[in-house]
Amino acid sequence: MTQKEERSRTICQICEIWGLELNICRPFMSTMPLAIPAMETPWTLPSKGRVGMLSLVAAESAIFTIFVVGYIFYIGKSLTGPTPHQVLHIPLFNTICLLFSSLTIHLAVSALHAGKRVRFMILWFLTFALGAIFIVGTGREWHHLIYQEGLTITTNLFGTTYYSLVGLHAFHVTAGLVALGTVLILAQLGAVKQEHADRVEVLSLYWHFVDAVWVVVFTVVYVVGR
Amino acid sequence: MSSDAIPIPSSIRLSKEAEGTWLETLHSWVTTVDHKKLGLMYIGYALLFLVIAGIEAIIMRIQLAVPHAHFVSPQVFNRMFTMHGTTMIFFVAMPILFGFANYLVPLMIGARDMAFPRLNAWSFWMTAFGGLLLYFSLIGGDGLYGAGSAPDVGWWAYAPLTSPAFSKGHSTDFWTIALLVSGFGSIGTAINILATIISMRCRGMTLGKMPLLAWLNLVMSGMVLLAIGPLTAAQMMLMIDRYLGGHFFDTQAGGSATIWMHFFWIFGHPEVYILIIPAFAFVSEIVPVFSRKAIFGYPVMVAATVGIGFVSMSVWAHHMFTIGMASYSNAFFVLTTMAVGVPTGIKIFNWIGTMWGGKIRYGLPMLFCLGFLFQFLIAGLTGIILSAAPVDWQLGNSYFVVAHFHYVIVGGILFALFGAFYYWYPKMTGKMLDETLGKWHFWLFLIGFHLTFDFMHIPGFLGMPRRIYTYEPGRSWEIWNLIVTLGMVFQAAAVLCFVVNLVRSYFRGVPAGNDPWDAWTLEWATSSPPPAYNFAVIPEVKSRRPLWDIKHPEDPDWKYE
Repeated sequence: MTQKEERSRTICQICEIWGLELNICRPFMSTMPLAIPAMETPWTLPSKGRVGMLSLVAAESAIFTIFVVGYIFYIGKSLTGPTPHQVLHIPLFNTICLLFSSLTIHLAVSALHAGKRVRFMILWFLTFALGAIFIVGTGREWHHLIYQEGLTITTNLFGTTYYSLVGLHAFHVTAGLVALGTVLILAQLGAVKQEHADRVEVLSLYWHFVDAVWVVVFTVVYVVGR
Repeated sequence: MSSDAIPIPSSIRLSKEAEGTWLETLHSWVTTVDHKKLGLMYIGYALLFLVIAGIEAIIMRIQLAVPHAHFVSPQVFNRMFTMHGTTMIFFVAMPILFGFANYLVPLMIGARDMAFPRLNAWSFWMTAFGGLLLYFSLIGGDGLYGAGSAPDVGWWAYAPLTSPAFSKGHSTDFWTIALLVSGFGSIGTAINILATIISMRCRGMTLGKMPLLAWLNLVMSGMVLLAIGPLTAAQMMLMIDRYLGGHFFDTQAGGSATIWMHFFWIFGHPEVYILIIPAFAFVSEIVPVFSRKAIFGYPVMVAATVGIGFVSMSVWAHHMFTIGMASYSNAFFVLTTMAVGVPTGIKIFNWIGTMWGGKIRYGLPMLFCLGFLFQFLIAGLTGIILSAAPVDWQLGNSYFVVAHFHYVIVGGILFALFGAFYYWYPKMTGKMLDETLGKWHFWLFLIGFHLTFDFMHIPGFLGMPRRIYTYEPGRSWEIWNLIVTLGMVFQAAAVLCFVVNLVRSYFRGVPAGNDPWDAWTLEWATSSPPPAYNFAVIPEVKSRRPLWDIKHPEDPDWKYE
């Protein structure tokens, strides 16, 4: 037992002897003994990982909102071509892959909650692969736009806003892939067990967020803006 | 029971041998993840920048004291107001309020640390390096172009002044990166405070039994999450424009300078409330203790704070009346801005209601809170004046605006902060701050404040625009500018008293004991300074004033709440 734990125990014992329900009362102990029978009501609070991740999602949403507003504001305001209608193609396959990965990560987390680790690993790998397909797809799309269509970030307002918004999203997918990959490696090493399901679920919240943002980006860039 | 029967160290400073060498001490501070040490580091860091930004203000005031002065060059003057504004908002006000939140929130909700201690350390160091980057521009801002050193684009950095054509060199980039980096730190801290308050409360502390300080910091953190994001996004866009040749704010390629103003003020106005809400929090803790009464209208105070949080998100364009918006936009922002005065007024009434019929002790924390109440009321009233768009067309960008927001920030936030220093310094160090020096500090600062900022309204009425380098004689601005500069001398002397007091009392102050104010919240239950683990046993509470319940077992609060 460490010294600190020992101290806590001693305090606890003192308080029990004195019948103190409120254990922080060291300064008043000598003058104010107080006997209220301790009530054992259940005391549970939301998980801090979940609250932290949802807060991060709120902050990220604010950043994305500004980029989306910027994009919408500048639709049709470019002084020179090319226009979105001329060069953009709807990335349907990419979109399906990314949205499908939300389902696979959800199933993966459920599998881990149930203690099915092999099932978790397969579904987790599938999520990673679908995310990777999305990033490769975005890369191919950008390569096409830059080398075939001649659209860069400096070309016009469309180029500036398009690469910024889609790039910001792609950056978040990449960050998500790094995190997913880390969990994948840890799972390979046998370090991800059933008791880690809650933590893995927190990470999955981020991934769901990245997918949800894509729905907005897709709508704004490829449907409304085209 | 004698105190040595209880095996909690009464102080972190155990003995000379236990402290280790100075290198070990330094190492322990640099690598710490303890919320109390990080809180103190935030506060110390902010105080350092307070002195630096204060000197910048003094330089400006000397330049403006008399007409046709040439104390500094126009270029240096531009750098001074840019650096003064940026430093005061991002590297003084925010870190100092985060420091107090860091230190007090876990103690007040009966937790051993923040929810994410390592994120906490990361956030502090991001903020710290952001400040260093801003000031590194003095050395590195020239770049290869031989232009500029410190940033000189104003703290709101309107486009197109920030475009590469008008801001050569790297000074504007240092400004951008400094704000970006410290913004990440702020978001990290806000996430941490939110998670701590929601998930780390001790047994029995339901949301309705939290100290108001925790409630107000909860609202403040939520606002940081929503307000810093737009600033971060706008800075990213500016960097894309400056480094990658983008056109977000490039009017020659069809971009808009106005949209920068919108993005900046979507951050900028909530920011004001992010700063004032923790100040409200200090006042809401100090006023009840020094009036010997429980806070008046606790649920209404919480509701008013949440109301301010919501409404303040939709008032930003009242900073932009002068750019010529559509009449319905003007009407909307006039109405929302006036509406935000309602919950704020409710708060003022509640503080007065707390004092009403109380047994008021005029200790130093209370004196500063009284100053706060009076001055914040006036600042709110000039705010209502400016919120009317036609009046703003007349007064916008004049010294009246400068006087108004300094009344909020100095007369409101800084006074509440000084009160907080006098109130919690005994908890943080175990020593009382000196009463005599404190009185000098209070009265000198009060006189200096009113000399400077009361009389600053008048040249604004007389048409003196802000940010001018110098002015012609014969416009009847001279006398007012001289008085304003004179007030600054008193303020500087007061801050000197304060700093001397902080240092002297640390070594020679009267030992404070655990609960010098006979207060009621949990931080006063542990020793001063608190041990690393805060509470030997996690406390359990039954009411909003747990220490009252212990001290008055015959009449505890939980019977009535």
